[in-house]
Amino acid sequence: MTFLKELTKGLIKENPIFVIVLGICPTLAVTTSVKNAIGMGMAATFVLICSNTIISLIKNVTPPKIRIPIYIVVIASFVSIVDMVMAAYTPAVHKSLGIFIPLIVVNCIILGRAEAFASKNNMLSSIADGIGMGLGFTLSLIVVASIRELLGTGSWLEMNIFPSTYDPMLVAILAPGAFITLGFLMGVMQMLKNRRK
Amino acid sequence: MGYLGKLFFMAMTAVFINNYVLSRFLGLCPYLGVSKKLDSAFGMGMAVIFVMTMASAFTYLIQTLFLIPYGLQYLQTIAFILTIAALVQFVEMVIQKNAPALYKSLGVYLPLITTNCAVLGVAILNTKATWADGAHYNFLDAVLNGFLSGIGFTLVLLLMAGIRERLEYADLPKSMKGMPIGLILAGCMALAFYGFMGFKI
Repeated sequence: MTFLKELTKGLIKENPIFVIVLGICPTLAVTTSVKNAIGMGMAATFVLICSNTIISLIKNVTPPKIRIPIYIVVIASFVSIVDMVMAAYTPAVHKSLGIFIPLIVVNCIILGRAEAFASKNNMLSSIADGIGMGLGFTLSLIVVASIRELLGTGSWLEMNIFPSTYDPMLVAILAPGAFITLGFLMGVMQMLKNRRK
Repeated sequence: MGYLGKLFFMAMTAVFINNYVLSRFLGLCPYLGVSKKLDSAFGMGMAVIFVMTMASAFTYLIQTLFLIPYGLQYLQTIAFILTIAALVQFVEMVIQKNAPALYKSLGVYLPLITTNCAVLGVAILNTKATWADGAHYNFLDAVLNGFLSGIGFTLVLLLMAGIRERLEYADLPKSMKGMPIGLILAGCMALAFYGFMGFKI
């Protein structure tokens, strides 16, 4: 029961991007296409699950004073693994994500979950938390990327959706479009939250 | 193009054309988090300039003197983030001991900088960036690029803080207050900075 609860809370109730507002940099940078969003989401989810597992396993032997450097080393190791695996098997996605793969290390979501959840809970619920948060992150990336890709190129996952007469709104896939899209999405989320009260 | 010309090119690129916050999307957490008041934005900006410059110098040395000769480039991420974390800790201790007044104004921001992706970003980009003629950055170029990127970060942080201080008095819809309007503002600012994009120096 609790396993399921930890698993699903990341999707909507504690969604890392729209509700906790962590890890905005990759959200804005890689959401130019749905394909990139999925790649980034998968990479971050993998790192999150692995680092949560390890950190909850070593929580009893970690000296509290130097816990942050220890967490960073654990996270950085998994990020390096993801970096090399993606370079080997999905070179195109690796190239378009570029610098944002090594930057998963400093993604606040991962360190935040390590500090706030994995360092206090057992392995099983930490894994559930990692899966849930990772999927929540991936889902939010896909939502933002879908809007931007649809408006900016008229296609979704490289399939044409809008008729060819559609004149693409180029600004949506440029940097300003990222900020404005996420701004409006967060506004909508807040509106829904206010209404529910 | 002489060295001064190259420097001018680098400064324009780092501060306006490829601004770290608005066109590379690095360092957004402090950009949105610490931009509510002008003085705290200034403190954060100064701390970032300082750490970015130092981090560029140290990571450049580690890359060329240690990682490349021993063929350990795949450890780059781990080595760089550890360097930055240690550097921030060290800087914090030195400032605390020798300049208590400065520590008081920067103190709270220093630990935050470890997880500022702009610092790690500039360190990694320094190892990849090249001049127009294909030459890699040397030590001085890397340090200057770190410094100038910090200036670019501080500039947009201060602009944002200035706008947000006035925005306090605006009558916004309840759901748009705080983060949403901040992001839309950032979008407008990014649009303005896109005007620099076409410049050829």
